[in-house]
Amino acid sequence: MFAYIVRRLFLMLVTLFGISVIIFVLLRVVPGNIVDILFDAAGFVDPADKANLERELGLSQPIVIQYLHWIGGLLHGDLGYSYVSEKPALEEILPRIPITARLAGLALLFSASIGIPLGVISAVHQGSKLDYALRVVSLSGLSLPSFWLGLLILMASVSLFGTMPIFNPNPKTWIEALTIYAVPAMAVGFRSAALTMRITRSSMLEILRQDYIRTARAKGASEASVNYHHALKNAVLPVITVIGIEAAFLIGGLIVTETVFNIPGIARFLVEALRWRDYPIVQNLVMFIAVVVVVVNFIVDMLYAAIDPRIRFGD
Amino acid sequence: MRSVRALAVAVLSVLAISDASRAAEPKSGGIFRIYHRDSPGSASIHEGATYSLNVPFMPIFNNLVIFDQHIAQNSTSTIRPELAESWAWSGDNKTLTFKLRKDVKWHDGKPFTAADVKCTFDLLMGKSQQKFRQNPRKSWYEQVDEVTTNGDDEASFKLKRPQPALLSLLASGYSPVYPCHVSPAEMRTKPVGTGPFKFVEFKANESIKLTKNPDYFKKGLPYLDGIEFTIIPNRSTAILGFVSGKFDMTFPTEVSIPLLKDVKSQDPKAVCVVEPNNVSTNIIINSTAPPFDNLDIRRALALALDRKAFIQIMFEGQGDIGGTMEPAPDGLWAMPKDMLEQIPGYGPDIEKNREEARKLMQKAGYGPDKHLQIKVSTRNIAVYRDPAIILIDQIKSIYIDAELDVVDTAQWFPKIARKDYSLGLNLTGNAVDEPDQSFYENYACGSERNYTNYCNKDIEKLFDQQSEEIDLDKRKKLVWEIDRKLQEDVARPIIFHARTGTCWKPYVKNVTIMSNSSYNGYRYEDVWLDK
Repeated sequence: MFAYIVRRLFLMLVTLFGISVIIFVLLRVVPGNIVDILFDAAGFVDPADKANLERELGLSQPIVIQYLHWIGGLLHGDLGYSYVSEKPALEEILPRIPITARLAGLALLFSASIGIPLGVISAVHQGSKLDYALRVVSLSGLSLPSFWLGLLILMASVSLFGTMPIFNPNPKTWIEALTIYAVPAMAVGFRSAALTMRITRSSMLEILRQDYIRTARAKGASEASVNYHHALKNAVLPVITVIGIEAAFLIGGLIVTETVFNIPGIARFLVEALRWRDYPIVQNLVMFIAVVVVVVNFIVDMLYAAIDPRIRFGD
Repeated sequence: MRSVRALAVAVLSVLAISDASRAAEPKSGGIFRIYHRDSPGSASIHEGATYSLNVPFMPIFNNLVIFDQHIAQNSTSTIRPELAESWAWSGDNKTLTFKLRKDVKWHDGKPFTAADVKCTFDLLMGKSQQKFRQNPRKSWYEQVDEVTTNGDDEASFKLKRPQPALLSLLASGYSPVYPCHVSPAEMRTKPVGTGPFKFVEFKANESIKLTKNPDYFKKGLPYLDGIEFTIIPNRSTAILGFVSGKFDMTFPTEVSIPLLKDVKSQDPKAVCVVEPNNVSTNIIINSTAPPFDNLDIRRALALALDRKAFIQIMFEGQGDIGGTMEPAPDGLWAMPKDMLEQIPGYGPDIEKNREEARKLMQKAGYGPDKHLQIKVSTRNIAVYRDPAIILIDQIKSIYIDAELDVVDTAQWFPKIARKDYSLGLNLTGNAVDEPDQSFYENYACGSERNYTNYCNKDIEKLFDQQSEEIDLDKRKKLVWEIDRKLQEDVARPIIFHARTGTCWKPYVKNVTIMSNSSYNGYRYEDVWLDK
C-alpha cells in the first residue's frame, strides 16, 4: 500500500508538470496576447508603445525563460501579477476559491443525497410506475442544460416571488446566504443527481441479482437491510467514481452556472482571464484545477480500498 | 352644496400641487444600483476606448468643461464650465484659455491647480516623463502645440492652427483632468479625482463601488450616498435583476429593442428611453487586393444594400439611415435627406439600385453563371454577427456568394491590420458628435483606425479646411460635402446607425441619456432617488 501511494504521488507530480507545460505552451500558441487585446480595444496601435508594454510584462523574453520564471515563482509561492488588474494573482484567485468550493460542495451534496436514494428506490422497484417516473426524471436531468434550467429558475423566481437569488457578497440573513448558493447548486446538481441516480440504479440491479443477496433474504434479513447494508455497500464503488469525476468537473466546469447566477467564482474568472489572455491568472488557475482533479482522483482511489476491503493496491 | 364641492376640489388640487412639488424636491441619500455589462480592463478613462469605463468612472472626475448633463443633444451651445469657471478664445482662435476654480480639492485632500491640467494634457500628448500604457486619443490633441499655465488658476491650450472642435473634445466624458501627484499606474487601479463620487473599490468581474464626496466643490451635491455597479455579463440575468428590483437602472444604452419590450411587459412602471448612440454599423473593404480593388465591384456592393431591411430586422424599425455623421435630428452634422438620397445606394428604389449593381458586376466579369466567392469577416459578437448575416443574404442578389468568417475579438484588429480579409462588417463608435473626431480617426491617410487604408489627399485637405472653419454654417456645408464624397468613394459604406434603450425605476430622478454620444452623460452628481 505504501509503495502504491508513493508511486501515485510521483505520478501526480509528473502529471502536474505535464499540465504546466501544456497550458503554458497552449496559451502562447493561441493567437493574440494581452498587449494585442489592450491595444486593439483602443483601436490605436503604436508599435513602440506595444513593444514597451510587452517588455514591461516580460512577454518579449524567450518562452523557456518565461516558463522557468513562472515555475520558479510558483515553487516560492509567488504567482505573479494579473496583467489586467495589476494586483498579485494570489490576491485575485484566493477569494474566489471558497465561493466555487461552496457551490461545488453543495451541488455534490445535492447530487449524492438525491441521486443515491432515488437510484436505490428505482432499482428495488424495477419495472414499476415509480421506476419509470424516476427514470424520466433522471433523463430530463441529463438532457436539460444547466444554463437553461438556471434561467428558468431565475425567471420563475422573479415571476412568483418578485426577487431572484443572484450572488450578494454580503447577505443580510442566513436564508439569503443559503439561497444564493443552494439555488444554483440545485440547478447544477440536478444533472449530477440524475447521473448518480442512473449509475446507482444500474449498479444496484446488478448486485441485487447476486447469490449473496438471495442468501441474505433467505436468512430473514429485512428488505431495508438487504438493500442498504448488503446491496448498496457493494454497489457504491462506481457511484463514488462518478461523484469523484463530478467533483473534479465542478471545480472548473461551473462557468455557465456562475455566469447565469452571477457568482464571482473561479470558473467565470478563468474564462474572463482567458478572454484578456491574462497569463498569470489562467496558468495558476488551471494549475489549481489540475491539482484538485489529481488529488480528488487520488482520494477516490484511496476510498475504494477503505470501502471494499477486497481491494488492495499493489500488495 | 356646489360651493362646498368646489372648495373641496380646490383644497385637493392645492394638496396635490404641493405634494407634486415636494416630490420634485431632491432628496439626499441612497445607493444608486446599476448593473454593468462587463468588467472594464482598468479604471483609467484616458487609457480605455470603451464606454464600459466612462459609465462607472466618470462620476469620479471633472473636466475643464462638460456637456450639459441634462440636455440629450451634445453641442457647443450645451458646453458648461466645470473645473473651469470660464473660457475664452484668443483673437486669432489659436489659444483657448481657461480660468480655473480655486475651491477644488482632489479626493486625497490635495488642491487642484492649473499644473494638473498641464500634466493631464502633456500625458495625453506624450510629452510627459510618465506614460500611459495606452493612449487611444492622442490624435485628438494633434493640433495642440502646448499647454501653458499662468499661476494656479489659469491654463491655456496653444494650437498650431485654429480648431474650434477642441472645446467639444474637452467636454467629452473621455477628457477628465487627472492629478499630477498620482501615477498613471495608480490611476488604473485606484483613481483619484475631484468629482462628486470617490472611488471605493473595483473587484474585477464582480463590482465597482463609489461613495459620495462630501467635499465636492458644488455645494449640496451629490445627492446620492454612493453608486454600486454589479458586473453581470449575462444579459438575461441582468435584465431579470432590473425587473426584480435588484437594480435601479440598466446599463445605459445596452437594452436592445426586443429586450426593451420584455422589460416593459414585466415592469410596466419602468421608465425606458430609446436613443441613437452614435455608433454606425459599416462595411470595411480591402481595396488593396482583388476583387475589391475594382471600384465597380465596390460600387455594386454599396448599391446592393437595403438599409431599411437591416433596421427592420434588427431594431424593429428603430434605427437611422445616414452617412458617416450621426443622422438628424439627433446628429448635428448629418447631410440633409435630399442630399443623402442622391448618393448611389441611398435612393428608395432598392430594386433599381440592385439592377444597376448587377450591371456593374457583369462589367467586372460576374453574373448569374459566375458568382463571386468571398468571405465576410466579423467579430464573434452578436451585434457584429447579426448584420453580417443579413449582409451576406443581401449581396447574393448581385452574384456574390459570401461565407461568414467569425473572428475572435483578440484577433479581429490584427487581422484587419494585416489586410487578411476581403470584406468585413464593423462597428464604429463616436465619442463626440464632431467631424474632427470622426474624419481624422477613421478616414485620414495613415490614421491607425483607418482600417481600410482609405487615402484621398483631396478629401484630407477638406478635413483640414472644415476643422479650421469658425463659421458654423460654412463648416456644416463642408462636412456634408466630405461625407457625401466618402460615401461615393465607398470608403467605408455605412449601413445604419443604431438606437438602443435604457430603463430605470420611476423613483430615479435626473437621469438623461445623451442622444448623440454614449460616452458623455454619466457624472450623476444631481441624480437622486425619490424613495
